[in-house]
Amino acid sequence: MASGKTLTISLMDPPYESETTTTVLRIIDAALRRGHNVNVFAYEGAVALPLKTQAAHPNPVKGTTAEEQHHPTTSGFISALFEAARAGGAKLDWVNCGLCVDERGATDWIEGVRRGGPADFVKMAQESTNTLVIGTR
Amino acid sequence: MAHYLLIESRDPYEYGDPAQFADLALDLAEAGNQVTFFLIQNGVLVTRKGAKAATLEKLRNKVTVLADEFSLRERGIKPDRLASGVRTSHVDQLVDMLMADGCKAVWH
Repeated sequence: MASGKTLTISLMDPPYESETTTTVLRIIDAALRRGHNVNVFAYEGAVALPLKTQAAHPNPVKGTTAEEQHHPTTSGFISALFEAARAGGAKLDWVNCGLCVDERGATDWIEGVRRGGPADFVKMAQESTNTLVIGTR
Repeated sequence: MAHYLLIESRDPYEYGDPAQFADLALDLAEAGNQVTFFLIQNGVLVTRKGAKAATLEKLRNKVTVLADEFSLRERGIKPDRLASGVRTSHVDQLVDMLMADGCKAVWH
């Protein structure tokens, strides 16, 4: 059931480099499961998290196939979060910083992600129950 | 009285400033605020008995110290090996605190 409350998270870490990415996805999942709306403002390298072209890969050292490795992708996790939000009646709004996207050519996103800028983050923070700013090192 | 939620994710052996973040928690508590020090990721390394004991000792009875059980499990830190005063928690509880009225959260 929707709580009517909203959590905004600002994230800067790129995929596959920091445990923080996994932690943030866990926090978003927990918030959505509790019926809270979640806003994410992805900044800098974090705009690559929802890239649609991410692909699972085999492990030639172990001789395993991509299917056997069952390698998770951050875009797959984020797709699942959008589905969880829809199923639970909460809203997930994921905004990728436009300038960060252009710098990186990171434009091919999964469904649900939209382009924005710092003004969106300010609006999100003003309208949220709480805001968590998660910087890089 | 405000509720401050200080979230420590940094490895106390890699960085020097987790001790200063704990000092901030102590200062806020001694100024009359309710303070929760939530340890997550490598931040939980400080929770082992005898490890960086001074960091948690100064918070005892003044600050609520919680450690993410998922982060503890990833690092093989069992509940019976936690320093005195540390309680296990999880991100569901973290979200509940974040969504409570008046909570001021800082990620480190």
